[in-house]
Amino acid sequence: MVEEPELVEMAHGDGGRATRELIDGLFMPAFEEEHLSASDDAAPIAELSGEWMVSTDTFVVSPSEFPGGDVGKLAVCGTVNDLAACGARPVFLTAGFVLEEGLSLQLLRRVVRSMASTASADGVRLVAADTKVVGRGSGDGVYINTTGLGQTMPGVELDAARIVPGDRIIATGYVGDHGMAVLTHREGFPFSVPVTSDCASLWPAVETMLSDAGDAVKFMRDPTRGGIATALKEIAEQVPVDVILKEEDIPVRDPVRSAADMLGLDPLYLANEGNLLIVVHEDAGERVVSSLRSRRGVTAPRVIGEVVEGSGAVRAVTSLGGTRDLGLFAGDPLPRIC
Amino acid sequence: MKGVLTRFSDPDLGRSVLAEIQGKAEAIGRPLTFMEVCGTHTAAYSFTGLRDVLDDAVRLRSGPGCPVCVTPPGDIDRMIALAGGDHITCTFGDMMDVPGSGSSLRKERARSGRVRIIYSPDEALQLARGHHDGETVVLLSVGFETTAPAVSSVLRRAAAEDRTNLRVFSAHRLLLPALRVLLCDPEVNLDGLILPGHVAAVLGRAAFEFVGAEAGIPAVVAGFEVIDLLCALDCLLDMVGRGEVAVKNRYGRAVREMGNPAARGVTSRVFEQCDVQWRGLGTVRGGGLRLREEFAAFDAAPLVPDDEVGDADPPEQCRCGDILRGQAEPGDCRLFARICNPLRPSGPCMVSREGACSTYYRHHREESLHG
Amino acid sequence: MCLAVPAEVISLDQGVARVNVGGSVGTCFVDAVPEVEVGDYVLMHAGYAIAILSISEAEETLRLLKEAYGEGSSDAVLGSGPGPIGPG
Repeated sequence: MVEEPELVEMAHGDGGRATRELIDGLFMPAFEEEHLSASDDAAPIAELSGEWMVSTDTFVVSPSEFPGGDVGKLAVCGTVNDLAACGARPVFLTAGFVLEEGLSLQLLRRVVRSMASTASADGVRLVAADTKVVGRGSGDGVYINTTGLGQTMPGVELDAARIVPGDRIIATGYVGDHGMAVLTHREGFPFSVPVTSDCASLWPAVETMLSDAGDAVKFMRDPTRGGIATALKEIAEQVPVDVILKEEDIPVRDPVRSAADMLGLDPLYLANEGNLLIVVHEDAGERVVSSLRSRRGVTAPRVIGEVVEGSGAVRAVTSLGGTRDLGLFAGDPLPRIC
Repeated sequence: MKGVLTRFSDPDLGRSVLAEIQGKAEAIGRPLTFMEVCGTHTAAYSFTGLRDVLDDAVRLRSGPGCPVCVTPPGDIDRMIALAGGDHITCTFGDMMDVPGSGSSLRKERARSGRVRIIYSPDEALQLARGHHDGETVVLLSVGFETTAPAVSSVLRRAAAEDRTNLRVFSAHRLLLPALRVLLCDPEVNLDGLILPGHVAAVLGRAAFEFVGAEAGIPAVVAGFEVIDLLCALDCLLDMVGRGEVAVKNRYGRAVREMGNPAARGVTSRVFEQCDVQWRGLGTVRGGGLRLREEFAAFDAAPLVPDDEVGDADPPEQCRCGDILRGQAEPGDCRLFARICNPLRPSGPCMVSREGACSTYYRHHREESLHG
Repeated sequence: MCLAVPAEVISLDQGVARVNVGGSVGTCFVDAVPEVEVGDYVLMHAGYAIAILSISEAEETLRLLKEAYGEGSSDAVLGSGPGPIGPG
């Protein structure tokens, strides 16, 4: 009797028996998708009508598992949130896996199961997948690409060109949780920071909000790498307008703030994976915040700032009433001692 | 956290104190220039919006207290060269993106994957302990009087366990001797000094007493929370208003009159003072630290490859030297934000996240460019 | 030039302390503050204690502020303020 391997081996990627065993034994049971078949090159999905959006992203987070999630959950939520930010219901997902030789199969199993449960919670179907194996030392464990197809909600018109001075900016949750969780979870970090990644799907919250608030919602973006500051800078430059934030209104968890002080980091530049920035009509701020409260994935909906006339600057007003510019970030936030 | 300690970041108290000091500044009736010696203060005055809200009544100028900014290009290149060697290199995050003449620590990490960012110097010792294969771990150590005790402590522990696979490259500098050099400069024209609270926690208030005598201007030892930043300004404004020249302590909870002798003792067991180059200031007698003879086995300097180390000077129009001496602001430099930015820095003040130009680029770019 | 934060000492073991920094727990070396006790707050830089924070001096600094701004601002300076940092 051949012993089941515990680690991914190069043979798992060569298309032969080992590949088949990996797919049948690990991937297929997790996804339970009738269209997902190991033997067909492509699968029919549906007859599509209406307007559809497509989004793709690749997830390379290290470590693969972190407090609050793993790369699989991230890969699903990341693409789901990109579609949700465009007002599109996520329906279909594809997944491409690049596995490093030596990756633990137990870890892979957990990641794949996590993907499956995250997707099914929103009724998203994984309809195509692929897996490759690379030599040890090239892939940092597991890289996942997901491509999502989403159907645009009828009557929704999200367009940065609709943004005008007076519009309000809403954030749906505490900022910087994911970035802080991953950064402090690295090997050897001498502190245990009680923060988990905010990794979550915001589709249900978006669906309700768009049904309730209609065209008061002008534009959305999910702020991932670079934090809310970077995402707002991109929006401000795109229109162009200026964005003024009120620091005291931006929700930051106490342990994140303390750890940020210790490490010399700015939470506004730390990554989020379950947060959404929403630009709404100036009269609709509180109404939209109310409709977001207690929705799955929404942790601290607040109006955090407003849009003013300008050419792409983002500024934060501090508790003392002074302002500081928030520019495009050059590089990862790095812990400092100075 | 203890209630009274949280008062130092209380925004309501901050707003009350700010209103009062704006009144005092107005009563003095002329624009004042204070220097915040320390790069962490530069970042704090910008981050809290204080620099902006005080505007022209009180101008805050940055000083030479940015350890990365004042490290000469030769040392930067040596550290980057070490990172390319056949060992593990540990560094604090501050150094990662500093460009040398050809590479950077970030680039070396991409090449070899053997550069690790650490928060505490003890992590380097932990790594060395974890390597039973004897693989060497090199710690690149940059910092002032505040950081030296932490690194010294690590080396004492390493020595106590006869560790042979840990090395330290010391680019340590001492702020106090540099401050003396700075204040000797006849061109320095300041109304007051904001002194580095954490260096003072180690050295003590009394160590800065010479400032009053040599520079003839008031000085205050300051902390880094919002109330501390305001309190320091309040104290300086009082002294300016009365024409008083003294060195006062407004960070009493951390800074004693004689500082922390035990911390200084830890440092002096492992390091000794030496003369070194400071960018912007030239040679500073006793302005650096090197490992004592008994700790020579821990010195990483012999591991630096023998190649020619570049010594690229910043371009002529770079005003870092003036900026480090508080005689110019980043906006006064014609290269600022036009040619020089954090991704393509021309000079040291832009390379370090604590440098004046880097801080102003992030928080005050518009005003700096357009006055 | 130095980021340092208050860290509450929750246990001690031969020059090494376990400390709490606003909810994060970790290691801080205390060989430069040999008189430190459990319950003290140290000033921690890069995982190393460079001083013990004096609560009485903290109160004194705040008292000086109150004195400077007179009775009118006494509530603002020493009165009720924010409570201890709670859970996020």
